[in-house]
Amino acid sequence: MSDVLAVADHRRGELRDVSYEIITAGRQLADETGGDLHLAVISGTVDDFAEKLNRDGVDAIHTVSHGEEFNHDVYTQAIAQLYDDLAPQYVLTPNSVNGLDYAPAIANQLDLPIVTDTIDLDNDGETLVATREMYGGKVETTNELSGDAVVTIRGAEWPAAEGTGDAAIEAFEADIDEDAVGSTVNGFEEVGGGDVDISEADVLVSIGRGIEEEENLDLIRDLADALGATLSSSRPIVDNGWLPKNRQVGQSGKVVTPDVYIAIGISGAVQHVAGMKGSDTIVAINTDPNAPIMDIADYAIVDDLFDVVPELIDEFDG
Amino acid sequence: MKILVTVKEVATVEDEFEIEGTEIADQYLGADLNEWDDYAIEEAVQLQEDGIADEVVTVTIGPEECEQTIRQALAKGADRAVRVWDDSLEDVDLLDVNAKTEILSAVVEEEDPDLVLSGVQAGDDSFAATGVSVAENLGYQWGAVVNHLEHDFDDDLASVRRELEGGVEELTDIELSAVLTIQTGINEPRYASLRGIRQAQQKPMDIKALADIGVDESTIETELELTDMYEPESESDATFWEGSPEETASELGELLRDKGVAQ
Repeated sequence: MSDVLAVADHRRGELRDVSYEIITAGRQLADETGGDLHLAVISGTVDDFAEKLNRDGVDAIHTVSHGEEFNHDVYTQAIAQLYDDLAPQYVLTPNSVNGLDYAPAIANQLDLPIVTDTIDLDNDGETLVATREMYGGKVETTNELSGDAVVTIRGAEWPAAEGTGDAAIEAFEADIDEDAVGSTVNGFEEVGGGDVDISEADVLVSIGRGIEEEENLDLIRDLADALGATLSSSRPIVDNGWLPKNRQVGQSGKVVTPDVYIAIGISGAVQHVAGMKGSDTIVAINTDPNAPIMDIADYAIVDDLFDVVPELIDEFDG
Repeated sequence: MKILVTVKEVATVEDEFEIEGTEIADQYLGADLNEWDDYAIEEAVQLQEDGIADEVVTVTIGPEECEQTIRQALAKGADRAVRVWDDSLEDVDLLDVNAKTEILSAVVEEEDPDLVLSGVQAGDDSFAATGVSVAENLGYQWGAVVNHLEHDFDDDLASVRRELEGGVEELTDIELSAVLTIQTGINEPRYASLRGIRQAQQKPMDIKALADIGVDESTIETELELTDMYEPESESDATFWEGSPEETASELGELLRDKGVAQ
């Protein structure tokens, strides 16, 4: 078969952006294979979700009404049954934290190959060419697959589908075996509250791995003080326990949109960029001229932060 | 409780490098313990120190050259290591998720742990899929992207937090036996002590070929074929300030004043 079965992502009553992006990716793939695009929406207010997801390009939407929130066992069972019913060539899921909690299980259960975190997909009618990064984004690779496969797509790589579609919306009666559900979601917690809200700051001085040692953070604090700016950071600084979680910019931290964002010693991994690309003016200070942060920076200094930052403090304290 | 930790030696790449075919040229490559696995090891060792884990075993797919990296895990406190390698794996460009799943599943079955801790992803190929795939393959329960694990395991449940996007954590109970994929930041990985490093030399490392763990060579034929590797096109349209640190800092200072910063 040549159909595509894409799966929507939602959390706490809201569809996530990637749910609209996966329609675009799925439609493109279905056009290339000459098949239909089926969309599955599982758990939560599925009828409301289905209405919102009925955008240009979707041929059919299958709703599975079971529970409120994501549960990987429910998703795995429902998608496997949809796969049996629809016999699609590709199962397409978001490469989200929840996508990674069921897509590999689907692939294993259905005995299909899986390729994750794709940023481009192309099918010539026989072979799927999936583009993805390796080595933390230093290289891109193309990977070929023939036959059926499970594919996860990175968020914000495809534009969101728009318009109003005329998809057939059908309730799919999945037979969920509760005995096979081995985990229970008890709730959610927002993290990263506390003394400061970096998403409110006009000017952020943000520090990354380039700072090397915890003791060196004082240099960056001095700069933030001199500029009257707020201190933030990339993930490794918080992972190391050098700054609290409420200072973290990125996919799993805060999304910030300051007037000026000064990225110091931050390479600009995609998860970080997702949290700061909306800043008005981005300045990067980094020793590596090829660091991904340069792709998004408006101004850049390719030099050692330990040489540049003291000079910059002098500029304002002097 | 017995814990198995998957440990991978990953290739690291210098800032400046060259690509030969579908590989990065050897001279630009280094090797290191996968960052995510370091956190998984630490979590297992802490469970051991808390009297919950009786035994911590590591499992690695890799050639002899990666033994030094595996010894790091032993030096931090793991009890023993299993390393799987086979001549038939030498020429494989990229082991896909299904191939890794076959191999690791065979070892998990043999070791029969209550808990498997696996890094969320490997820093080189970044599939972020193997842990969950192994769990499904063996009928273990699982949780992906775990950034907190309670150390009590009441009622044979692992109480975890899964790190979702946007600063939201999901509080979930998972039945044992389970595979958890461990996110960075769950703990603070220790440095190995000198004593630990000395002791690691004496700890057992079982070396197994595919036949030893009952895996047929044909089942690890990788379906995903790596066909090209290239440097992403730079899309930078940044203004690059050049000159001494004093000069570049002065340019930046001027920009910041224009933007009304510190005024």
